[in-house]
Amino acid sequence: MAKRVLLIEDEPNIIEAVRFILSRDGWSVDTHADGATALSAVARRVPDVIVLDAMLPGRSGFEILRDLRGDSKTADIPVLMLTARGQQKDRDMAARNGANRFMTKPFSNAEMLACVQELYAATQSPGA
Amino acid sequence: MLTFNMLVLACFAYVAFLFAVAFLAEKRALRGRLGILRSPLVYTLSLSIYCTAWTFYGAVGYAARSGLEFVTIYLGPTLVMIGWWGLLRKLVRIGRTQRITSIADLISSRYGKSNLLGVLVTILAVVFTTPYIALQLQSVTLSFSIFTDGYAKGTAFWVAAGLAVFTILFGTRNLDIDERHHGIVTAIAVEAVVKLIALLAVGGFVVWGVAGGPGDVFRMIEDSPISTWKMDQSRWVTLTFLSAAACICLPRMFQVMVVENSNESHLATAAWAFPLYLFLMSLFVLPIAVVGLNVLPEGSNPDLFVLTVPLAFEQKGLATLVFLGGFSSATSMVIVAAIALATMVSNHIVMPIWLNARKGGATVSGDVRNVMLRSRRIAIMAVLALAYFYYAMSGGGAALAAIGLIAFVGAAQIMPALLGGLFWRGATRLGAAAGLIVGFAVWAWTLFLPGIGEGVLISSQTMAQGPFGMGWLRPQALFGIEGLDGVVHAAIWSLTLNTGVFVALSLLSFPNPVERLQGAEFVNILRYSAGARAFSPGTVDAEDLLMMSQRILGSAEAQALFQSVALEQGKEGYLPDTTSAFLERLERELAGSVGAATAHAMMGQITGGSAVSVSELMRVADETAQMMEYSNQLEAKSEELGRTARQLRVANEKLTALSIQKDEFLSQISHELRTPMTSIRAFSEILRDGGDMEPEARARYSRIIHDEARRLTRVLDDLLDLSVLESGQVTLYNEVTILGDIIDRAIAATGQNASALRIERQPLQERLVLFTDADRLAQVFINLIANAQKYCDADTPVLRILVRDNKQHAVIDFIDNGSGIPSEDQALIFEKFSRLGDTRASGGAGLGLAICREIAARLGGSLTYVPGQGGAAFRVTLPRRLTNADAEAAE
Repeated sequence: MAKRVLLIEDEPNIIEAVRFILSRDGWSVDTHADGATALSAVARRVPDVIVLDAMLPGRSGFEILRDLRGDSKTADIPVLMLTARGQQKDRDMAARNGANRFMTKPFSNAEMLACVQELYAATQSPGA
Repeated sequence: MLTFNMLVLACFAYVAFLFAVAFLAEKRALRGRLGILRSPLVYTLSLSIYCTAWTFYGAVGYAARSGLEFVTIYLGPTLVMIGWWGLLRKLVRIGRTQRITSIADLISSRYGKSNLLGVLVTILAVVFTTPYIALQLQSVTLSFSIFTDGYAKGTAFWVAAGLAVFTILFGTRNLDIDERHHGIVTAIAVEAVVKLIALLAVGGFVVWGVAGGPGDVFRMIEDSPISTWKMDQSRWVTLTFLSAAACICLPRMFQVMVVENSNESHLATAAWAFPLYLFLMSLFVLPIAVVGLNVLPEGSNPDLFVLTVPLAFEQKGLATLVFLGGFSSATSMVIVAAIALATMVSNHIVMPIWLNARKGGATVSGDVRNVMLRSRRIAIMAVLALAYFYYAMSGGGAALAAIGLIAFVGAAQIMPALLGGLFWRGATRLGAAAGLIVGFAVWAWTLFLPGIGEGVLISSQTMAQGPFGMGWLRPQALFGIEGLDGVVHAAIWSLTLNTGVFVALSLLSFPNPVERLQGAEFVNILRYSAGARAFSPGTVDAEDLLMMSQRILGSAEAQALFQSVALEQGKEGYLPDTTSAFLERLERELAGSVGAATAHAMMGQITGGSAVSVSELMRVADETAQMMEYSNQLEAKSEELGRTARQLRVANEKLTALSIQKDEFLSQISHELRTPMTSIRAFSEILRDGGDMEPEARARYSRIIHDEARRLTRVLDDLLDLSVLESGQVTLYNEVTILGDIIDRAIAATGQNASALRIERQPLQERLVLFTDADRLAQVFINLIANAQKYCDADTPVLRILVRDNKQHAVIDFIDNGSGIPSEDQALIFEKFSRLGDTRASGGAGLGLAICREIAARLGGSLTYVPGQGGAAFRVTLPRRLTNADAEAAE
């Protein structure tokens, strides 16, 4: 079964770029653009990795992350947080809410791909 | 004899002249140049509508029949004006502070803003005024027929119709906030002069032209039956009292004396000038009567001596002047009476019904002002139609002549409730209503119904034996007391019972809180004029209030009021804090248009009916003046503290918001720049890495890079634009342009054709010459139109562009029909990077409105959000500093 990543992001061009980068590597990429309904999108098809933007319409990415961690079904899904604001404050908030990795836009494609792969690999390793 | 046609022509010329006077006065008043319109002279002359055609013609007839008794009609008002000046001052003060619109409004307002009382007084007034108006129609018709040997067919109808038109034109042109009609008052003052001159001219002619000077006249009076007249004391006293009461209580007198009064000090002049006017009006009554009796054939109608004596001596010019004098007396009375009645009917009967019929109350859409104006116009027509039918039915016979006194007794029924209300805090609504009903009923039974004519509404059998054979209820001998004069009998019984019931029920019942407040306010009006607070603040939404006020006062007036109150509170914008002082003031402003009861009801609907708080009642309970004084001072102090605190709070909120904004601003800039950069970097790396890729995909990715690069540039441009504007280093290229052209350009630039948004414009108003930077202004318009395209969420979005020019400023409103901007966000939208709702959909950086506001400020104007317009509404205000040189440059 293909490795599945869920991209929660609302900028259509960024969605297209990430989808291209990851699907070229064999990932099956689902996307969701609305912050308010993001949780139910996760629950519908539990992905292997989540890429979550911090600023979303309807609900902030930090809030979504907190709720993901609060739910036992989704608590262990690795999350890569993206933000375009890139301040230390955001970085801290992401860490506090339980993000596995944090990346500031703009990112390099290779870095993004490597990051998602590492997160996935960590879940596959024994003891995880 | 003058021909009928010439007389009609004279009438028309005279009416045209009055039209011109009224029109010019309105125009002057509109331009704020009141000058003479506001003088005590005009005020005094306007009071002369007391002298109707009934007194103009009838006084001489009265004198010929009952000697000096006619003097009572002038004596009553004189006594009131000179002797009871304090009462009038009180009335006028109350009228101004409480914004009273009519006598019915006064009674209703005093007794707890009770609409029941308003309705009662209104009905009473309509019943006794209508025949009175019929009497005026009759007098005009009669005087016409004198000239034309009895030919006066249809005169009454055309006079009634003409007066309706005149009254509607000048009485209901607009809803004046203070119910003043400068045009009409000025026209009436002119008419007052005409009738005085006419009577004096006839008097002079009679004394020096017919008789041989004053000495002769005195001898003739000695010889005439008038000298043998004996005073009937009961009639003398009663009539004097009645005319005194009528001078205050007749709706038309109340209208000119209280409602139209613009300055309390005018009363001081009127106190001597109006009695002087009455004295001059009565000066030649006896000589004319005596000469008429001597000169004219036996059996001629003494009511028309004023007219027939000059005609008998072939003085056509003089006779025409007299005719116009009589015409003036009749028309001025009818016009003012019709306005007063129409105001009462629309405020106390139509508006409450209309408001009740609409479930949503005063906040639902629909212009209340139109409803009000229409109802007043219809009421004016109805009153005149009613009077005409009354005239036509009564056949214009002698029965009408008695209606003057009948109306006086009717008007006097308001007196107990009025005086009790002004001087006795114990007077209650129940007492006033019961007194009025009883007085009204007794008056109708003993005087009004019999007065219509024996056998018309009351059979002669009932008159002689009472209803159903109950002798003690005979209309002209209640409780078996016979032998009294009809008017005296009716006046004594109706007023005694009225007062008795009023006092008794007032003592037995308790006033409700609003009544207590209003009672204290009215009784103590001259001592301290601190307002009674009738609302508890804080629970009301200022935007709802604005919405309602706009419908009643008009949008410009309401907005100006709200803005000035907000400014006094130290706030900007159109939404002041809803303090009790503000609610109080707003209610009075509304009362000036729709009457106290309706205004109170409307405010009650919005404020959730919150009536009177405990502390308010405490205030009323405090009886001593010192307490009052002290608490007033405290109140002023705490008011001042409140104002300072409010300003501080606003400043503090601003500072806190600013520091948050600074952080926010930096991360916003970061976000706005990094987001497009992300796409650019990702796709350029994809392209750089190559690999097998469809050519279409390659082209697509290049286009995305290109689009995002442009987006990046736009954000940078906006940022630079804003920083230049904010630093004030911007250069403006002012030129003379037409507003409409700039709007055209803006609409074209927004690609309007492809959009679903429909734009409604006012091409005529847009032909406004401006001296401004057209490119910058267009930039503002483009932003506002584009915003409406993006955010207006109506099914069929419409944007209205309204232009107003108030000489100093051009005001351009952009109002769409969407759901508008919630009031908590209204201050936010002009901040940088503020976008409401879905951010990406808009595609902008959220700098548009911030830039627009800066541009408007640089152009010397402003950009504001106007709440309560049924959609998002932005107002661009620009200065109109067009000099002649500018205009020449435009050629």
